Amino acid sequence: MHIPDGYLSPQTYIPLIGLFAGVTAIAVKKVKTEVSARDVPYLGMAAAFSFIIMMFNLPVPGGTTGHAVGSAVIAILFGPWAATIAVSVALIIQALIFGDGGITAIGANCFNMAVFMSFAAYYLFRLFSGRPGNKRRTFFSAFISGYLSLVLTSVLAAVEFGIQPLIASDGFGKALYCPYDLSIAIPAMALEHLLIFGIVEGLITALVVSYFLKNEPDLIYALRKGGKKNNE
Amino acid sequence: MNKLQKKILIVLLILCVLAPVGILLPAFFNAGDAWGEWSAQTVKEMVGYVPKGLEKYSGAWNAPLPDYTVNSKDTSLVHQSGYYIVSGIFGATVTYIVMLLISRLIVRNGK
Repeated sequence: MHIPDGYLSPQTYIPLIGLFAGVTAIAVKKVKTEVSARDVPYLGMAAAFSFIIMMFNLPVPGGTTGHAVGSAVIAILFGPWAATIAVSVALIIQALIFGDGGITAIGANCFNMAVFMSFAAYYLFRLFSGRPGNKRRTFFSAFISGYLSLVLTSVLAAVEFGIQPLIASDGFGKALYCPYDLSIAIPAMALEHLLIFGIVEGLITALVVSYFLKNEPDLIYALRKGGKKNNE
Repeated sequence: MNKLQKKILIVLLILCVLAPVGILLPAFFNAGDAWGEWSAQTVKEMVGYVPKGLEKYSGAWNAPLPDYTVNSKDTSLVHQSGYYIVSGIFGATVTYIVMLLISRLIVRNGK
């Protein structure tokens, strides 16, 4: 889901850079009020976790590959604003050092996987989890949160890919950027994430959230009332 | 650093060492690029031409370690697994440090 350079037209990637920059500015303010100094080391580890989990490419046999992102578990544990920043750091380093995801597409990729996915995951979890304490329900909610947020994010990326032939072609029916339209991009991206990668994201989210619920329940942002800061 | 944080760091290190699963599994199941992440050459094979904008932008950035490897021409999966582990440890460490600095800066300024 790391969109490379050349797949998005400037009409797409420039607004997404602006959108991402705007959200980041808000995220910085929110993290300032929400995160206590005690939790700072966890955020570093969360970003590193997202970086490394994205290296686990999984195959669609005979077809493409994909991977989990980690945004869902980070958003549940530390809140969607902190997750926005943590996953963005991982994505920007992947683009700059490892060429994974384009430079021009940094706004798009960060908006998709760091911003959109974190918020989708967080609100899905809140929707299903109810009152804290029920372990089975927390596991289930975390799974759904990871699963659906990744699938929705893949559809968002597919829309960005798929609108390119509509936005920019050379007049002879040849696309200037991504050559596949929505009718191809959406089923391709949605299916592989529904059947394989989403399940992996869901399981990772459920297992890690359950571990924290058992061992360090006070840390879990999504289970604190209104996302209040931890007492130091 | 508390006990839980030490545990998390150990898990992260284990994940780095296991990362080659991310190149070995796709190789075993004959799976290629992620959807939409093809090279210009691959796109040409798929649709018959290289879209002009794709051609123009695809070389926009020369990353120092493209595809998490130091030598993409090396066909040995064992070597590539080694490069992948090193890339993983390096990338995760840089990410950890950058995020730590950024969040320290944000949280400290908030006090």
